[in-house]
Amino acid sequence: MTDNVVREFAMRCPVPLPPGERVVLGHGSGGKLSAQLIRDLFVPVLGDATSELARLGDAAVVEVRGLRLAFSTDSFVVTPKFFPGSNIGELAVNGTVNDLAMMGARPLFLSAALILEEGLEMEMLGAVVASMADAAERAGVAIVAGDTKVVEKGSADGLFVTTAGIGLVPDGIEVGPERARPGDRVIVTSPVGSHGVAVMSRRQEISFSGDLASDSAPLTELVDAMLSAGDVRCLRDATRGGLASVLNELAEASGVAMVVDEAVVPVLPPVRAACEMLGLDPLYVANEGVAVAIVAPEDAERVLEAARSREQGAHAALIGAVEEGPPRVAAKMGLGVTRPLILLAGDQLPRIC
Amino acid sequence: MKYLDEYRDDGIARALLDDIARAVTRPWTLMEVCGGQTHTLIRQGIDQLLPAGLELVHGPGCPVCVTPLALIDEAIAIAKRPEEAIVCSFGDMLRVPGSSEDLFMARAVGGDVRVVYSPLDALEVARRNPDRTVVFFAVGFETTAPANAMAVRQAKQLGIENFALLVAHVLVPPAILAILVSPGNRVQGFLAPGHVCAIQGWTEYEPIARDHRVPIVVTGFEPLDLLEGIRMLVTQLEEGRHEVENQYVRAVVREGNRPALDVVAEVFEPCDRAWRGIGMIPGSGLRLREAYRSHDAEVRFPRVGGVPASESEICIAGEVLVGRAKPHDCPAFGTLCTPESPLGAPMVSSEGACAAYFLAGRRREEVSA
Repeated sequence: MTDNVVREFAMRCPVPLPPGERVVLGHGSGGKLSAQLIRDLFVPVLGDATSELARLGDAAVVEVRGLRLAFSTDSFVVTPKFFPGSNIGELAVNGTVNDLAMMGARPLFLSAALILEEGLEMEMLGAVVASMADAAERAGVAIVAGDTKVVEKGSADGLFVTTAGIGLVPDGIEVGPERARPGDRVIVTSPVGSHGVAVMSRRQEISFSGDLASDSAPLTELVDAMLSAGDVRCLRDATRGGLASVLNELAEASGVAMVVDEAVVPVLPPVRAACEMLGLDPLYVANEGVAVAIVAPEDAERVLEAARSREQGAHAALIGAVEEGPPRVAAKMGLGVTRPLILLAGDQLPRIC
Repeated sequence: MKYLDEYRDDGIARALLDDIARAVTRPWTLMEVCGGQTHTLIRQGIDQLLPAGLELVHGPGCPVCVTPLALIDEAIAIAKRPEEAIVCSFGDMLRVPGSSEDLFMARAVGGDVRVVYSPLDALEVARRNPDRTVVFFAVGFETTAPANAMAVRQAKQLGIENFALLVAHVLVPPAILAILVSPGNRVQGFLAPGHVCAIQGWTEYEPIARDHRVPIVVTGFEPLDLLEGIRMLVTQLEEGRHEVENQYVRAVVREGNRPALDVVAEVFEPCDRAWRGIGMIPGSGLRLREAYRSHDAEVRFPRVGGVPASESEICIAGEVLVGRAKPHDCPAFGTLCTPESPLGAPMVSSEGACAAYFLAGRRREEVSA
């Protein structure tokens, strides 16, 4: 596909790219390959080391005439489109709402762009859009702009949804991935792994069932409650790459180490059972309604209580602490040994036996 | 969680570690055969909690690791003919390096490679795509053979002609024998793989224990299973016994699983097989019987005979797989060879010893210091 036009633009790209290399699925996994792509191509070409882009928050925070606006975008390509507990439409709204909330912002407006594959059943499209409307109402945001494209059969997988959103960061709220300090505590707001396992359970190739449901939910109320209870330094939506990857990103951004106690990380029993069967580590499985909060030590108990007072945080848990750097994440295991939670290269691969 | 938590109890683990420390009076070298066992041992740090002189070496029980390079190249070559073929595989296999690329890369250039969780799912793919041959990469030990045999038998019964297996099946007992007779072998006792024995039973291990005077304990995969298996093995060694014992009583009986064995025997027959990194081991593989040969991918897609298979010159996977070396003995470990750019299969698989060491944070400089 390196025709002359591509070559011409490639030569203008300020980043030297290895010829012949191709995009693989791991580049979208939220693991090490994703991080490399962002660090080596997107940030240097589209921004620079000091830009808001390089801060790598869940959303950018930009100041306009004295107001701090949070701004974010996210694309949704999940298959199947409907799975236990949620669907691509609800996910697309909650995903962007949560990205904004993770910067301490109150989400206000969303846009939605749909890429539809020729032949998609109108009934499915209707169901997805209705679900987007419900999710927007629940999260208290208005969808105020949109776009539709239709591509030839085979050029997309049913439908893809991209949302973008704007929110307002209230005065006095300072949340950012670089704010974690040694001594801070790590809180996770819900059991981890439920979304990823629920989606896998509905892929056509896999046939186990059980009480598995996606955890997709807007986290705005929960975040509000936590922010008013104490000094929340960082918030992160533990989506792709799961809890372990998100902790790595925060450790890297803040230049600190983090240690979590594996035994107290909440995982629902059916999720744990599915992970055991497939050889997956739930700490690396994607979530859609789980936030990680790094909280000042003196406020940790109060923030935890505030989280537990809300439906989305009823099973929140204090899972670890921030320590002096260098940036790395480790899990304490039963017999007193610790294992590092490294950033994986790509997605976890289900094992053979 | 039932059947998990009770085999991960820290208090009991400590008591078993104390028992082992009391039982050991001199150095012993034990091998855990299965890569799943290796991962539990390394992840929990059990190898570091054992008394000095009691050494665990890691065995060849990682099916992905021992699948010959030529067969991986063959799978890649078939995958790159998407107009005729769909390659279905367990996820583990996709990142294993072939001579010049892996199945992920084949997919990135248009190959049709699908991850399935069961060969019966691949059979379903075949039923839905009658105009293409669906090739299931049948990798694994005795554990996965029954389901693969079942899939082929069903394909034949249902007349699904476009379903084929690329068979890379291997068997544990011939590999244990090969390790015992290999020059410089140090292994004095084996933790046999519990899941393989759940299918196969342990009658095949009895002559090995007797003839080679080596104790073998059929062992499970949870921390307490492994600690108990080690204690049973050490006790036998200290008492000068060499028997086959069963630690994994909740899953394994001596005669194995009869219906599973029957379907395997109907569909497959033993054959010689080359193990990646180790070499040819007589009678250590399975191939489809004559009656099922039309479902053999190697018959349907005769080797293209293109680039000859070539291994990395640095990788010491073969030494690691027979317990002669530890992953961090390799000069490439953690530097040139990592899970994202593996030189050898043991760095890829969730059952590979090198991946176990890497994921547990073991690094060359730390261990040599």
